[in-house]
Amino acid sequence: MVEAAIIVPAILNGLTTGAVYALVALGLTLIYGVLHIINFAHGALLMVALYGVYFLYALAGIDPYLALPIMIPAMFALGYLLQRYVIGRAGHGKDENVMLVTLGLSIVIENLALYLWSSDTRTIETAYGFATVDLGVALIAVPKAVAFVGALAITAVLWALMRWTDLGKAIRALARERRGAQLVGIDVEHLYAVSFGIGIACLGAAACLLLPSYYASPHIGSAFVLIAFTIVVLGGMGSFIGALVGGLIIGVTESLGGLFLGESLGKIGVFLIFIAVLLFRPTGLFGQRV
Amino acid sequence: MAEPLLKVDGLHAGYGAVEILRGIALAVDEGEIVAVLGSNGAGKTTLNNVLSGLLRAWRGSICFEGEVIANRPPQAIVERGIIQVPEGRSIFPTLTVRENLELGSYRRARARRAANFDRACAIFPRLRERLGQFAGTLSGGEQQMLAIGRAVMAEPRLLILDEPSLGLSPRLVEEMFGLIARLNEEGCTILLVEQNVMQTLTIADHAFVLENGMVTLSGSAPAVMDDATLKRSYLGI
Ligand SMILES: Nc1ncnc2c1ncn2[C@@H]1O[C@H](COP(=O)(O)OP(=O)(O)OP(=O)(O)O)[C@@H](O)[C@H]1O
Ligand SMILES: [Mg+2]
Repeated sequence: MVEAAIIVPAILNGLTTGAVYALVALGLTLIYGVLHIINFAHGALLMVALYGVYFLYALAGIDPYLALPIMIPAMFALGYLLQRYVIGRAGHGKDENVMLVTLGLSIVIENLALYLWSSDTRTIETAYGFATVDLGVALIAVPKAVAFVGALAITAVLWALMRWTDLGKAIRALARERRGAQLVGIDVEHLYAVSFGIGIACLGAAACLLLPSYYASPHIGSAFVLIAFTIVVLGGMGSFIGALVGGLIIGVTESLGGLFLGESLGKIGVFLIFIAVLLFRPTGLFGQRV
Repeated sequence: MAEPLLKVDGLHAGYGAVEILRGIALAVDEGEIVAVLGSNGAGKTTLNNVLSGLLRAWRGSICFEGEVIANRPPQAIVERGIIQVPEGRSIFPTLTVRENLELGSYRRARARRAANFDRACAIFPRLRERLGQFAGTLSGGEQQMLAIGRAVMAEPRLLILDEPSLGLSPRLVEEMFGLIARLNEEGCTILLVEQNVMQTLTIADHAFVLENGMVTLSGSAPAVMDDATLKRSYLGI
């Protein structure tokens, strides 16, 4: 029998990781839901964001958490420009083209990173890096606790934005009814780019929350992208709540898998879930039935 | 004579290489109901979409309040107050009725959203009962009301209605024509595309008949109603 003393911390750790995964997946699912494209460059852009946070710290001494108000708008702008002037232009409205463009982008970005920053992994040392908080049942590393709270807070803000503001309503309207959106005067190309920008801004936030307990390297993106896809499929393509719940489930699964099967084999659980969802519930937990 | 609110001249447009509109000329005066009639495939919806900026005009001019608006983007046209309720309604199915109405004032009249919301609910009491319902779950008739309500939210200078009576029960059709007349009495200029010839001509001031992308007949509504050609082609008399 495995002791609760080991399992509880593993679950808590999984939840903290899962919340950040959820944030990454949220960006992916938002982009899918509105633009109906799968952004294969999502991982590469997260990697860029991680380097951004790293360099802000290494060169300017800006703490990763204080970098949030820099990284969120910066990644938003990057996403906006990419959609408006690269992906949207090159896609010519064809979904296959758009997929190839995002895939191509991810390859270009990764190789550029490799060229500019070498394949070294970069970590930062903060005063709180090894501090812990005692939750009674378990000790949790401070960066992980901050990441958990931060990711949930940002998710809540994003949810409120989508739910209550004109911008959010317009994005949801555009996702399903392009012509109707045009007829109420929504600037469709602008709003597509804004939606993509918001999806990428999620990566900026995730990078700030991740870096204190993680690292940056040119290939870091691919690990996240697979997990984010799994979450989006598990939660239901385009579902907001699905990304959140899916993220937490995957985080815990990965953590428990690591506990029972070891670090490298532990990820198997995640992919078993991926396959099981595709087999038994292809619309995901919160997906709309077709 | 005063400038018409909307003036279209020599308008050509189409899809790909296929020309559909072949030199349309029409005018809409402020305060009127102007009918656009024509059989299936005549190009009525195509005309509406060019006016709304959804489809490119190849040639010809479109002037609204004396300003050239041909090939302006849809949002610029909405901003000037040309609001279209399209064929098929194009309401937002995953948004609530309230959210649909609110988005009607996304580009225009946002400052008076609350007042216009009350007005739309007063015109369509049935919508008021369903504000929290997802628009996709409304009945066809209710969806049509929502689409018009959403347009009213933008305080249209020119309201384009594309077959608003399509798919409605006879009783609702009656109600719909009454409503269009009422909106007009409240000061809204209306371009009304319809297949329901007699009822349309009863409430319209002027009418244009489209055939094969050209205006083949136009004039005051009573004159058009008396025209022999129209009687032959639409009414079978
Ligand atoms: N997207 C499109 N691509 C190609 N051809 C089109 C397209 N939309 C319409 N057409 C063609 O243009 C012609 C005019 O269509 P339009 O929809 O304007 O007719 P309409 O007068 O509105 O007819 P209805 O009364 O049936 O609505 C038709 O022959 C139609 O097949
Ligand atoms: Mg039509």
